[in-house]
Amino acid sequence: MRRIGPLLLVPNPNPSWPWAVGVSLLALVGALAAAGGVFWAYGVSPLVAYRVIAEGTFLDPRALPEVVRRAIPLLLVGTGLVLAFRAQFWNIGAEGQLLSGAVAATGVALFSPLPPALLIPAMLAAGFALGALWAAFPAVLRLRWGAHEVLTTLLLNYVAAYGVEWLVHGPWKGPSMMGFAYTDLFPETAWLPVLAGTRVHWPTLALGLGGAVFGHVLLHRTVLGFEIRVQGENPEAARYAGISPARTVLAAALLSGGAAGLAGVGEVAGIHHRLLSPGQVSMGYGYAGIVVAWLARGSPLGAIPSALLLGLVFTSGDVMQVALRMPFRVTDVFNGLILLFLVGSTPLLQMRIRWAPARSKPALTQGEGWTPSS
Amino acid sequence: MDAVLVTFLRALAFGTPLLWAALGEIVAERSGVVNLGVEGMMLLGAFFAFATAQLTGSPTLGLGAAGLVGTLAALVHAFVCVRLRANQYVSGLALGMVGAGTAGLLGRGWEGMPLRNPLPELSGITLSGLVLSGLVWSFLYHTRWGIALRSVGESPAAADAQGVSVPLVRSLAVGFGGFTAGIAGGFLSVAYRPSWTEGMTAGMGWIAIAITVFSGWDPLRAVAGSLLFGALFHLSFRLQGVVVPELLKMAPYLGTILVLTLTTARRGSRVQEVPEALGLPYVRGER
Repeated sequence: MRRIGPLLLVPNPNPSWPWAVGVSLLALVGALAAAGGVFWAYGVSPLVAYRVIAEGTFLDPRALPEVVRRAIPLLLVGTGLVLAFRAQFWNIGAEGQLLSGAVAATGVALFSPLPPALLIPAMLAAGFALGALWAAFPAVLRLRWGAHEVLTTLLLNYVAAYGVEWLVHGPWKGPSMMGFAYTDLFPETAWLPVLAGTRVHWPTLALGLGGAVFGHVLLHRTVLGFEIRVQGENPEAARYAGISPARTVLAAALLSGGAAGLAGVGEVAGIHHRLLSPGQVSMGYGYAGIVVAWLARGSPLGAIPSALLLGLVFTSGDVMQVALRMPFRVTDVFNGLILLFLVGSTPLLQMRIRWAPARSKPALTQGEGWTPSS
Repeated sequence: MDAVLVTFLRALAFGTPLLWAALGEIVAERSGVVNLGVEGMMLLGAFFAFATAQLTGSPTLGLGAAGLVGTLAALVHAFVCVRLRANQYVSGLALGMVGAGTAGLLGRGWEGMPLRNPLPELSGITLSGLVLSGLVWSFLYHTRWGIALRSVGESPAAADAQGVSVPLVRSLAVGFGGFTAGIAGGFLSVAYRPSWTEGMTAGMGWIAIAITVFSGWDPLRAVAGSLLFGALFHLSFRLQGVVVPELLKMAPYLGTILVLTLTTARRGSRVQEVPEALGLPYVRGER
């Protein structure tokens, strides 16, 4: 309960969605303003920067498919992370899980004797499985020995990155690649189909959209989803209710890791058609997925618009790289600031603003009794 | 035996930034605030130390700039989680991303330049971590302020009732953590590897957080942790001719996971060392 002029801030643990959208937009504006400060320090006028972004994205019809292409891995990763965060499993390792998925898909594409019709389904399945496995490891470390998953999942990102590095420099280095650290190109039967004239690999897009719907149904219509929500909101209550944290945490870890793995399949099979160095497979989608999940405010369906928004951020990064010759790192500044402002705005999110001009002093003290919900 | 001594000295040199970063995180976490932005603060420190040292010719000024920038970054985190009471994990991660991104962006023109006036690597610097850990230890256990700080992390309500300002203590502790993380990054760019490259901390910030856990939030035991991981990093560099380099580079990260798991598993059977209120925002009047 705080008072700002005639406005009274009243705690409200269940904000309506227009309020959530409004507060999130406010946070985005704050992040854009702060990013302007960083551009200014870099020596680019923020106004010029935003004009260039607008021209390269909103005003350029060719930009939309690029935004969607970027949004595909972000949607997959973000939806998975929504589930993980709802279960209080702090999976910061989507980057490594994505790379694992890419490795699994590459292994199947290059070395399996499968008939062409089965190749893509097998790549997707293998990518999901290895991504899930990469996340299951820290989940087990936490459940069995109490090692905190923030650190273990994060450190595994480095392990995965060096693993990919090793594969493309070593055993999987393509003989036809003339010294480059790539694998050979996948056979064309292992390429994901794209929408004509774009780089939008639609099977992964469909999986991402389906995954968001699946996540929504899972959370709100199934027993496991109910358990995940209780476990996430009140672990004490979950324990009294006999909900096994092993079940919810493991499920959340497997689903989020698997979804990130699928994102990795999409990047190698839909865009590059080979495995290359980790920084080229993922441009930080695993970390940006955290922003997507946070912006979605815990809703799997909310991951769809937030993935598109972050897709726009990545496309802006491309535009700034080309037009202003800024390094691609600029997306990290955007992503980090958006996340910072989003997390900072959560207290406001859990408030309701009430118009209540102070008539007399007692109104304030009386106010304490008005909120039966708190 | 010479090899052992060399390894020890290299571990000490590489362990110093780890130790500085870990000591700051220990202080912050002892006050009840996790800051996952260590990696980003270190990168900011590394870049600003390098740029300042390059422009002024004084690596000491560089270290000062690094400490200042680290402190400012940490205070943003303190504002978001202490004042606004937002989620500490996410705020720290966000800070880490902003730090890494900003350092990478601003530092682009400085990539790969050698520093014109670097600090000697084995000197007072390598001892500074040991001295600092002694100071932090005596501060935490033998001063009134240290006791106040620990009580804020164990039971903020009780500390509040005693008249200790929880937000002030937490903000100062987090700010100190940022200062040491910034200096830790500065060591890397003005002494250990006198140059600036994007992402040059390579996960050291995360390993420093792991050392915090591994040490049981004890500044003296953090020395052992830093030496251990310093040695691991050194060996992963040293054995490059023998084992595939990429696989060897995984070793410190896998080693950290292993040590972390072993410590927490062992700790389960003993008294809990984790500060009681770690990660929890404090609202006066609740509980």
